[in-house]
Amino acid sequence: MDDFVYAETDPAELARYREEVEAWMNENMPRRDPVNPWHPTQDDDERSSRNRELQRRLSDGGYAAVCYPKEYGGQSLTAAHQKIIDDVSMDFDMPILFSVPTLSICGPVILEFGTEEQKQRYIPAWIRGDELWVQFISEPSGGSDMAGALTRADRDGEEFIINGSKIWSTFAQRSDYALMLARTNWEVPKHRGLTMFIVPIHHPGIEIHPIQMVDRSEEFCQEFFNDVAIPAENVVGEVDDGWTVASRLLFHERAAVGNDSPYTQGRHRNRTADGVEDLAAIARDHGGADVGRHRQRLGHMEALSRVEELLSARVVKGIEGGFLPAPAGSLVRLFHGLSRTERQTVAMEVQGDRALVWNEGEDTGAFGTEYVQRQQACIGGGTTEMARNIISERILGMPREPAADRDLPFNQVPRSG
Amino acid sequence: MVPGALRGNRSNTPLNVTGWRCRGGIAPVRFDLSDDQEFFRETARRFIEAEVPISVVREWHDLPDGCPQSWWQSAAELGWTSLMVPESLGGGSISGRPIVDLTIVADEMGRGLTPGPFMPTNVVADTLGRSGSPDQQALLEGVVAGEVVLGWAFCEPGGDWTAAHVAAKAAPANGGYVLTGTKTAVEAGAQAHHLLVTVQCPDGLAQFLLPSDTPGLTVTPQESLDLGRRFAEVRLDGVAVGPEALVGQPGAATEADVERQRQVMTVLQCADNAGSAARVLEFTVQYAFDRYSFGRPLATYQALKHRFADMKLWSEASQAAVDGAADALADGEDEARMVSVAKSYVGDHSVEIMHDCVQMHGGIGVTYEHDLHLYLRRATVNRGLFGTPGDHRVCLSEMMGY
Repeated sequence: MDDFVYAETDPAELARYREEVEAWMNENMPRRDPVNPWHPTQDDDERSSRNRELQRRLSDGGYAAVCYPKEYGGQSLTAAHQKIIDDVSMDFDMPILFSVPTLSICGPVILEFGTEEQKQRYIPAWIRGDELWVQFISEPSGGSDMAGALTRADRDGEEFIINGSKIWSTFAQRSDYALMLARTNWEVPKHRGLTMFIVPIHHPGIEIHPIQMVDRSEEFCQEFFNDVAIPAENVVGEVDDGWTVASRLLFHERAAVGNDSPYTQGRHRNRTADGVEDLAAIARDHGGADVGRHRQRLGHMEALSRVEELLSARVVKGIEGGFLPAPAGSLVRLFHGLSRTERQTVAMEVQGDRALVWNEGEDTGAFGTEYVQRQQACIGGGTTEMARNIISERILGMPREPAADRDLPFNQVPRSG
Repeated sequence: MVPGALRGNRSNTPLNVTGWRCRGGIAPVRFDLSDDQEFFRETARRFIEAEVPISVVREWHDLPDGCPQSWWQSAAELGWTSLMVPESLGGGSISGRPIVDLTIVADEMGRGLTPGPFMPTNVVADTLGRSGSPDQQALLEGVVAGEVVLGWAFCEPGGDWTAAHVAAKAAPANGGYVLTGTKTAVEAGAQAHHLLVTVQCPDGLAQFLLPSDTPGLTVTPQESLDLGRRFAEVRLDGVAVGPEALVGQPGAATEADVERQRQVMTVLQCADNAGSAARVLEFTVQYAFDRYSFGRPLATYQALKHRFADMKLWSEASQAAVDGAADALADGEDEARMVSVAKSYVGDHSVEIMHDCVQMHGGIGVTYEHDLHLYLRRATVNRGLFGTPGDHRVCLSEMMGY
C-alpha cells in the first residue's frame, strides 16, 4: 500500500449522504460552545471523558471513522464520505482527540502491519471511543533522527523488557496504549535494529511527566521506562524491522498533519490562525481609523489559505495518478507550516496592542501567546527542514545528506552526551 | 563523506522536475488532462520547440511585429485562436471547458517564451462571441484562421486596471458616438486589425470595436521590458463611430464583459508565469547537478537543496492556483475570488522563483547572454499588468468585507 485509495464516488450518492449526516448531527451531536467554540475550557479529565463519550455517539450512529473496513467496526466508505462528515461537523463538538494520532496514524499502521488478533482487539475499541492511543516515537536525544532511538527492548523469553525515555507524546496521561519504537539490536546499523511495540500506558514501570509549553498547556508528556515488561505478541510487524513500520507511520503522520488522510475525523479549528474571515471581522471592528492598513495582509492570508487547499488537492491527485511520488505529501506539510506561522503573525498584528497588553478577563492575549509559539507549526509532525530534505531528495532527486551513522553498527555511532 | 553521495545521481535523475511517471518525460500541467487535452498540449509543445526555440525567440526580438504573420497562422491551425470562439462561429474547444484548454497553451507558451498576440486575441474573441453583433462575429472566422489579430485598449496612463478608473469617453453625436482618450500598454495594439476600446458613455461603461484604420485613431508602438511581445499606446482623438461599433449594451452588461475580460486575461498571465517558472526551475535543477563547486555538485549542498525545495513548493502551488482559477472560471463559481487568489500568489512566487534561480546560477545569471532575464522580463510584465499581486490582495480583502 503506497498511498490511499480515493474511490470515485457518485455525486448523487454523496449529496444524499450529506443530507443524512446533517440530519443525524443536528439530532445527535452537541453544538460547539458558541462563546468559546475552539478553546473549550475543560480540564484534562473532562476533556478525555467528553471525547470518549462523543466518539461513542458517532460510533453508535455509524459515522465514526467511516473509512475503516466494516469487519473492524468501520463503514468501508470513501474519503469523500469522511470529508462530508468533516465539513458538516464544523459546527458541532467532535471527538477531535481520537482523530490524531489514534485513528489517522496508529490506526493505518495497525491495519497495515498488525496481526489479525491485534486488529480485532484494538481497532473496534478506538472506533467505539473505548481506547485512546498515543505515539512513543521521539526521544529526548533527538526529534528528527527518529531511527537513532536509544530506548531499548531486551528479549526475555516471551517478553521484552523496556528501558529508556520517550517525549512529545500528546495527552499520554489520559490515553490507554502507545505505539513505541525501541531498539532490539545494537550490533547492526541503526535502521535495522528497531522494533515497533504496542505498549499499555498505565503499566508498572512507566512514569509520565507532563511538559509545560509556552502557553502553559500540558498536553505533551515525557515518559520514563524502568524495566517495563511487554509480551512478545505486542510486536507490530517483525522484530528488528521496526523501521519499515515507522516509515509508514511517518507517511501517515504527514498525511494527517497535511489534511490529506481519509482517517482523520473532524477538523481542528484554531480561533486565531484559521478563518481568514474571522481576521477580517477583527480588523473591521478594531482596525482603527486607518481602514486600509490590514488589507494587503488579509488578502494575502486569503490567497494563502485558498492556495493551500488547491495544492493539497493537486498533490492528492498527483500521487493518486502516479504523477508525483508519495513523498510529495511533504509539499503540503511545508506549505502548511509556512502559511500557519504567517497567519499567526498576521492574526497578532490585526489584533493589535490587545494581543500584547490586555485587561483582566479579556482573552485577546491568546493571539500574542500563539504568535510567540508559532514555530510549533514548523516543528511538530516533522520539521519543515526535514520536509525540505524530502522534497529536494525524493522529488527533485538530489543526493541525500551524507550520514555519519549509515552503515555503522549502532553501538559504534557517536552521540551527544 | 560517502563519495557516491557527492557525485549526485545524474544518471538516474530525470531531466524534468516532477520526475515521476511523466508522459514522454515531460511534467504535465494538470493531473486531470484527458487524452485529447494531453495530445493538444503535446502538439503545442512540439510546435514551439520546433518552430520557436529560444534562439528564434531572440531573433524575433528584432521583428517590429514580434512574430511573422505566417507563423501566427500556423499557430492558429493548432487551435490557439479558436478555443474561445463558439462552434457555431467556426471555433470550438478541446474539452468543453475552453478556458482550461486555453491555460494549457498559455502554460506552454510561458515555458517557451513564445511571442504572438495570444492573450488579447483570445480575450477579445471571447467577448465578441458572447456579446458581439453578427457583423462583429463575422470577424471571428479570420481570428480562427490566424488572419485577424485583436487587441484590447483598456488601461490608461496612471490608471490601475479597474473599470472604475476608465476616463476615456464616448460622447453621443449624430446618432453615433465620438470617442476621446488615451490608452496605454495595449498588447498587440499596433498589430491588431481591430481594437476593442473600453470607455465611459452616458449610459455607463461601453466597449467599441474599431478597425485599426479608423480615422482619429493613432497607435504608437511602446517600448517594453518584455522583449518578445508588443505593446502600444492608443489615442482616440475625436473618433467618430456609428452605433454599430458598440459591443454589447453599455452599463451593467458591459461591466460584466469587462470583468470577464480581466479575469480571462489574468488567468492566462498566471498560467504563462506558472509555465515559465516551472521551466526555469527545471533547467536550474539540472544546472545544480552539472555545476561543481569545491569538488561537488551544487545539488549536494543542503543550503541550496532547501532553497530548491521551497521553489518546488512555490511552483507546484502556483500550478494549483492557476488550475483552481481556470476551474472556477469554467464552472462560473467564485471566479473573481479565485482569479485574484491566483494573481496574488502566482504573480509574486513565479517571479521569486526566477530571481532565486538567477542567484543559483551566480554571475552568468545576470548576463544578457543567459536566457534567465528573458523569462524574468516576461514574467515581470505579466505580474504587473492587469493588477499587481498587491492590487489583487486588496480586492480579496474587499471581497471579505474589509
